[in-house]
Amino acid sequence: MTTDTFSAGAPFAMSASPTAVPAEPVKETVRTIDPAANPARLRTDDVSVFYGDKQALFDVSIDIPEKSVSAFIGPSGCGKSTFLRCINRMNDTIEGCRVSGDITLDGENLYDPRLDVVELRARIGMVFQKPNPFPKSIFENVAYGPRIHGLAGNKADLEEIVESSLKKAGLFEEVKDRLHQPGTGLSGGQQQRLCIARAIAVGPEVILMDEPCSALDPIATAVIEELIDELRENYTIIIVTHSMQQAARVSQKTAFFHLGKLIEEGPTEEIFTNPREKRTQDYITGRIG
Amino acid sequence: MTPMLIAAVLLVLMGLGYTQGFSRSRALLAADGARLHSRPQYHGALVALWVLVPAILVLALWVMFGPGVSRAFIVSQLPADIVALEGSQLNIAIARIQAIASGFGVAGEVAPWETAAGETYAQFHFLTLLLVVGAAAGLGILALLYARKRITPALRARNAVERAIGWLLLACSAVAVLTTFGIVASLLTEAIRFFTFVNPLDFFFGTVWNPRFSSTGSDAQGQYGLLPLLWGTIMVAGIAMLVAVPVGLMTAIYLSQYASPRMRNTIKPVIEVLAGIPTIVYGFFALVTMGPALAALGQAIGVEIRATSALTAGLVMGIMIIPFISSLSDDILRQVPQAMRDGSLGLGATQNETIRRVLLPAALPGIVGATLLAISRAIGETMIVVMAAGNSPILRANPAEPISTVTVTIVNQLTGDSDFAGPQSLVAFALGLTLFAMTLVLNVVALMIVRRFREQYE
Amino acid sequence: MADTTTSTDAAARARRETIRKGLGRRHLTEKLFRGFGIGAILIALGLVGTLFWMVISKGYPAFTQANATLEVYFDPEILSFDPAPVRGAGQSDADYRAAHLGWQRAVTMANWNRIVENAVVNAAPQGFEIGSREALALIDAGERHRLRDMFVANPNLLGQRVSVDMLASANTDNWLKGTIDRNLPDARQQLAASTRQLADMMLENGTIEFRFAWHIFTNVDSRAAPAAAGLAGAFVGSLYMMLVVIVLAVPIGVASAIYLEEFAPKNRLTDLIEVNINNLAAVPSIVFGLLGAAVFIRYFGLPLSAPIVGGLVLTLMTLPTIIIATRSSLRAVPPSLRQAALGLGASKTQMVFHHVLPITFPGILTATIIGVAQALGETAPLLLIGMNAFVAAIPATPFDQSSALPVQIYLWQGNENRNFFEARTSAAIMVLLGLMITLNAIAVILRQRLERRK
Repeated sequence: MTTDTFSAGAPFAMSASPTAVPAEPVKETVRTIDPAANPARLRTDDVSVFYGDKQALFDVSIDIPEKSVSAFIGPSGCGKSTFLRCINRMNDTIEGCRVSGDITLDGENLYDPRLDVVELRARIGMVFQKPNPFPKSIFENVAYGPRIHGLAGNKADLEEIVESSLKKAGLFEEVKDRLHQPGTGLSGGQQQRLCIARAIAVGPEVILMDEPCSALDPIATAVIEELIDELRENYTIIIVTHSMQQAARVSQKTAFFHLGKLIEEGPTEEIFTNPREKRTQDYITGRIG
Repeated sequence: MTPMLIAAVLLVLMGLGYTQGFSRSRALLAADGARLHSRPQYHGALVALWVLVPAILVLALWVMFGPGVSRAFIVSQLPADIVALEGSQLNIAIARIQAIASGFGVAGEVAPWETAAGETYAQFHFLTLLLVVGAAAGLGILALLYARKRITPALRARNAVERAIGWLLLACSAVAVLTTFGIVASLLTEAIRFFTFVNPLDFFFGTVWNPRFSSTGSDAQGQYGLLPLLWGTIMVAGIAMLVAVPVGLMTAIYLSQYASPRMRNTIKPVIEVLAGIPTIVYGFFALVTMGPALAALGQAIGVEIRATSALTAGLVMGIMIIPFISSLSDDILRQVPQAMRDGSLGLGATQNETIRRVLLPAALPGIVGATLLAISRAIGETMIVVMAAGNSPILRANPAEPISTVTVTIVNQLTGDSDFAGPQSLVAFALGLTLFAMTLVLNVVALMIVRRFREQYE
Repeated sequence: MADTTTSTDAAARARRETIRKGLGRRHLTEKLFRGFGIGAILIALGLVGTLFWMVISKGYPAFTQANATLEVYFDPEILSFDPAPVRGAGQSDADYRAAHLGWQRAVTMANWNRIVENAVVNAAPQGFEIGSREALALIDAGERHRLRDMFVANPNLLGQRVSVDMLASANTDNWLKGTIDRNLPDARQQLAASTRQLADMMLENGTIEFRFAWHIFTNVDSRAAPAAAGLAGAFVGSLYMMLVVIVLAVPIGVASAIYLEEFAPKNRLTDLIEVNINNLAAVPSIVFGLLGAAVFIRYFGLPLSAPIVGGLVLTLMTLPTIIIATRSSLRAVPPSLRQAALGLGASKTQMVFHHVLPITFPGILTATIIGVAQALGETAPLLLIGMNAFVAAIPATPFDQSSALPVQIYLWQGNENRNFFEARTSAAIMVLLGLMITLNAIAVILRQRLERRK
């Protein structure tokens, strides 16, 4: 197992870091890691999405660097979530949605008809906008993925996976005494971390996060952001957010979407300090949005 | 003729009241240029209401006491020897007088006193009618004048009319409550009367159903053991659920989770057609098609299946309940948030894993509630079992044999009998009470579960 | 760092391998599950199909019936009675009626069977041997009454020869349609050999023809003359009951719904009413029958078998349906509309009656039709208030004895002449289902019309 190969990270006490985030100026929290240092395994090429006759996304091409956080920003309805959902083919579940172009993971086309979407989603996990724990116990929520994929040979394995996933999500200390109580009884931030633990439990390579903090209060948001930063060590993370500060705080690479088009992408620091496009600049300075 | 006349008089008066109220308030408006609190229509309606109330009171009194008064008058006209007859002969005499008075006449000899009584009664009848209509109209007109006088610009006619409407609406809602009350009261009184004949313990725990007089003569009331009927009811309902729950639930799952909108929109109405078919048709289907088919099947596999049996009735009842389960489950599955589905699919679960491990557990309370409602419907269903269950109130475990149920027995014991003199017919109410209590408990529990389920996702 | 990467990569590869191994089984389960779903739907659709196929295939032959066109001789030797009485001066209505009834009795006492029998024998080929009973068995037993009624209406027919279309008997109809197995031995046939032979011959030479059986819609039920049995009485009985339901249940139901949805304060009492209505909707229909028997018939002394009582019982039964459906359509009216009306200074009553109700009209209409359709098909409670009595007349008022369509179906399916009445019952079911489908179709069309207009 992978547990022992890296530290699980200290649990996040709710009171430990509240002051650290929202009030701080954007610039200080921007990480200075060069995304080019991390090779890209996930690439997209000319991706367009249509809902019926309506085109929602226009020819998006972007490389996602390995083991780092990439943020998609843009005003609502700009197609960033749509694009995110293409990456693990969640758009398949929407009636009348059609995707063209190439999305490749390790050179393998994700829209290849021979590719198994079940396996794909095990490799590319997803965390949703609103915390959506299943109406089951905390343990069962995390165990769900390993169970369906048959990842645990026996009960002990399963318990180990659940524990390590909860630890990685920084939730274990808070819930270790009530693993068998319903996951819906947790606070919003805890629920979202539970959902992250649930995604981690399957052992994905990429984790997609669709505005994971939009339903949370600032303190819970800060905790999740720190968690994302921790996870970057082991996972490739793509986060969709409408909060520029959040993108600036957690991501190394940022892509700006507007009206279904990818306007600009690059290292986060560059995008925020020195955008090439006027529209990006307008958005960042709050003139559109 | 008479009711029409009265209705016509009333309508004319109300119309008059309305126009009076309308024009009077209008006139006020024109005269002083005063601002009316309510629009003229409301003043008109208020006056019309004032007209209606006393007239209705008079008519109600007449309906209640009129026949008694008429009868007393005729009796007072009859010779003493006829009055002394009493009973049906007196009634015949009274009917003859009424027939003579109405001008239709009677066959056979007419005694002179009959003609005389007929004539006086005709006059009396005419006078009372005149009096009643006159009183209703007179009081109506008085009320009209009074109400018309009350009209001032400040009169809150609209509020008064709206209050009256409010009371009327409340009275209408009370009908449903009264119905429940009527059901409980009538079932209880008649059941209690039944229990004066038969010990409640013998009824609720008896294992023999034989309402005929027993042959030994010692137990003259026959035996009224509920258990064989209850068992039959449960067996049929159980078989019905075995058919309806899997088929209905799978249909709902497929239609709500897999089917394209077009497929859903074509198939759903077709299945709902099943829900609209009267139960008598299902009964006939059971009798003519399902029963013989089962019997033939039994013969082919070497098991004796009777054409009318718990199995036949249960299967067809199951068919009847399929759309009930499927539409309720469909509703409930749709109420499980899309986020649950996405969460599971996003982890790489297949559709059926998502459905079985996430959607169904989440929807379980709702589905249990729906199933309880369906069970309550199954145990209360009558025509299918009357026609296809074989009507054999004996405790037995084999579903391929005829059985009887609570509802079948209610029909058998009460059909065509309305004097409710003996336990043979009164037992129907004790059975009805049992049935009502069972369905009530099921419904209350089911509605509670469903409501709680809805609140969970609202 | 490099070490960790390789070991996590290895773990990831192992995980992918495990997942891959399970995929085949999981996709198979998925296929099976889908298959179950499709199977369930096919079962449900198949059942709808079987049911309709059963009803239609059994019922449609009943809509044509064998008719024999025979020459009837109103033979004065057989019809020997006094001429019809004439109303004397000063005779009272009652006396004249008594005298005329006496004459009718005399007319009825005449041997009308003989007239029918002679007509059949005359129509048979020269020299065909047939007994009187066998000849009579060819024609429906009700036809002699029809001949009598023709005569009572027109006494001048005496001594005349008239060509009359007469219904063949139910047994003849069965034989000619092949509803009964034509190869059964004589002992198990319903008709004698000579009658069967004559029927075949008459069908051949055109004396007997199959015609559309209009009388199913115009005649009342009949036990003695099954071939002539019709639905008219039951139809009118059902019509009266539906009228009662529409006149009572709809206004009361809509008013309750309006009160509960728009006016009722939120308190224990209204909660109770609400719970009560929901439960009432699920009370078995037969319990309403018990209520009718105990309250309407025994306590209020209303007549047994009368559509008015049936209508009242069905009114109480459909009331919750109408209330619930109306409430849900009231609830669908957007709050903005209410606020807009109230904001303009309308009172609550005005808001409801001027703004909310007109919008919900299509919904109320649908609720009404659902309720009426439910009431139309209901049988069980009617059995308890005596509507399963045999009634051979069209009820003139809702207070007269009558049957109802579903009850008529119940009575016919229990008739001993199974061969004939299975078809007749199915035909009656077709009429009932036809009515219900028409009602629903009207609801759909009206609703679409009304909604489009907005």
